[in-house]
Amino acid sequence: MSRADTRADTQADGELGVSGDRAPRPLWSLGLLRNELGTTFRRRRTLMLLAVLACVPVLVGIAVRVQTADGGGRGGPAFISLVTNNGLFLVFTSLAATLPVFLPMALAVVAGDAIAGEAGAGTLRYLLVAPAGRTRLLLVKYAAALAFSLAATLVVAASALIVGVLLFPLGEVTLLSGTAVPFTEGLLRALAVAGMVALSLTGVAALGLFVSTLTGSGIAAMATTVGLVLTAQILDALPQLAAVQPYLFPHYWLSFADLLRDPVYWDDIRSNLGLQAVYVLLFGSAAWARFTTRDITA
Amino acid sequence: MPRNEPKRITGEWDDGGDRPRRSKLVRYGVPVAVAGVAAATIGLVPAFAGPGAPDLPEISAQDLIAKAAASDVQQLSGTVRISTDLGLPELPGGMSAGAFGESGGDKDGGAADPKDKLMELASGTHTLRVAADGADRQRVSVIDKAAEYSLVRNGDKVWAYDSGSNTAFRATGPQAEKHATPRSMGDMTPQKLAKQALEAAGDTTSVTVDGTAKVAGRDAYQLLVKPKQAGSTVGAIRVAVDAQNGVPLRFTLSPKSGGAPVVEAGFTSVDFAKPEAGTFAFSPPEDAKVIDGDEVRTQHDRKAENRPNKLPGLPQELTGAGARDADGMDVIGHGWTAIAKIDGGSEGKGEKAATGRKAGATGDAAAFMDSLGEKVTGTFGSGHVFSTRLVNALVTDDGTVYVGAVDRQSLIKAANAAK
Repeated sequence: MSRADTRADTQADGELGVSGDRAPRPLWSLGLLRNELGTTFRRRRTLMLLAVLACVPVLVGIAVRVQTADGGGRGGPAFISLVTNNGLFLVFTSLAATLPVFLPMALAVVAGDAIAGEAGAGTLRYLLVAPAGRTRLLLVKYAAALAFSLAATLVVAASALIVGVLLFPLGEVTLLSGTAVPFTEGLLRALAVAGMVALSLTGVAALGLFVSTLTGSGIAAMATTVGLVLTAQILDALPQLAAVQPYLFPHYWLSFADLLRDPVYWDDIRSNLGLQAVYVLLFGSAAWARFTTRDITA
Repeated sequence: MPRNEPKRITGEWDDGGDRPRRSKLVRYGVPVAVAGVAAATIGLVPAFAGPGAPDLPEISAQDLIAKAAASDVQQLSGTVRISTDLGLPELPGGMSAGAFGESGGDKDGGAADPKDKLMELASGTHTLRVAADGADRQRVSVIDKAAEYSLVRNGDKVWAYDSGSNTAFRATGPQAEKHATPRSMGDMTPQKLAKQALEAAGDTTSVTVDGTAKVAGRDAYQLLVKPKQAGSTVGAIRVAVDAQNGVPLRFTLSPKSGGAPVVEAGFTSVDFAKPEAGTFAFSPPEDAKVIDGDEVRTQHDRKAENRPNKLPGLPQELTGAGARDADGMDVIGHGWTAIAKIDGGSEGKGEKAATGRKAGATGDAAAFMDSLGEKVTGTFGSGHVFSTRLVNALVTDDGTVYVGAVDRQSLIKAANAAK
């Protein structure tokens, strides 16, 4: 059990860092967090997920490049008609294409596995033997999930940028409002968009973590989370449910596109961040309530 | 048991019998509280924001109309929200495609043509950003999901840009002005809609001041316009007029049948400062496909002949049907209950119904609706009644069409009288 070994290391670290009366250090969870990040990102599965995500922009880019020969056209993911004119738009297209399914799915694997996976592998009880505290462990798990979502978003964006540079011309970026801005500003906006996408996923991460505390099977937690993400999006597409849609977490996901207007249109972005915050608080606290009170048998 | 528990908690748990249960309850209380606070916020915020009627000195309806008419606000910028719910049957062919972001369908070269965009605005909810500086500098941007449609007028230059298809539409000169824009687009702003409502006033209409309201953070009087005639399907028109400068801030048209407004257009935020000069500057992106207004117009006219997209109930300015000829049409009655009578099911005929809101239905549309109508009979013979929330139409079996913003009885009565 290599994971258990690594855990043992941190626990050793923790013990050394904590003084005799076990007063928490100011940077109390850094050691645990560093260890958790290491475990997450060293895992082969995580690397595979990131590699698959990196392939999406390549596919989109090649498809657009091949398709351009016969004129392109409308339809498909957002911004796709703008890609041929400016490679930077491949970043936005790729993010718009991966945000509904690929990114949440990858995140669900990491977040859903966070607690349930440890329980399933029988390592959870050893984790809790350490004087780390369940709350702290949960926070660290959540932080690792967020770090993964940021990394995944950046991987998609970076891969898209590279493919965009290779396959398409670059230059002044035409915003949605028809205003042209210098390429550097376009790059900054692309970075902001990637940040927005990562923030849009915080709700899913909290949801996945909560589901993860409910079960002892990592696979079940991942599947449930993915299922919830898809269900929410199907509900979000049914016109008859317009009344509840503003409260579904994917509802404002595409609002990241509002960063590409001139001036930026903040209303939906604000709604998106507010909604994600509510989901984080709700499912985060639910996960905390569940995890700190349940019996750990595995 | 304690072997699994973190030490601090274990200590507590060993203390007493019902501690764990209580602590469990307390902990589960946190997410419940979060949910409660969120639900309360969702439920209460609109309630607080909505009817916070400000205290304003009394004003007569006449003074209020005068105030609105005299309003000389030249500079403003803001966000307008338009919701239209005509109660039309869901149409095949993506009439409401705009509501789903990517407006699909078979957009031709004229994707940036203002006319097509106006069609989209006629259904669903849309957010517009508007800015104006004097009579000849305006900008309207329709905020779509991941796309934007901008219409910019600066002097005699008119540009439209559709980011979804990366197409720019260019028009210049007075002709362009008539064809393309701010005028027709301006009809969708509260100003224009309100003016139309006020012009419709007369002996058929009661106009009163109905309290005050807060719109886009500004104090406003509510002007209430109600038809006096019984058969009208129009319940009430409310116009919120800025108490300070007389700018109409919100326009609401409610049907007599109750429910959500048929049309609601209002500012969600507004600022009367001079917009930045750069707002009205537009040069087409290098890579955009640029379409010349005149070419598109001829194309468009050709297409329009075989396109069944003129719908009853759409204000004529929206459908762009205004230019069509109107032969073979009589208007029965006047004011709110005016009914248009159109003879024969001849193809592609434009027609006008009365009052401020006009209706148009081509033969194609009528044929399409034939499957949706409800059978009625009278001394005129028999026919079908087609209903929307605002406009009803009676198509008799001999092909005569009666259409107006009136209830079914009035239509049948009119048909009977006409026989």
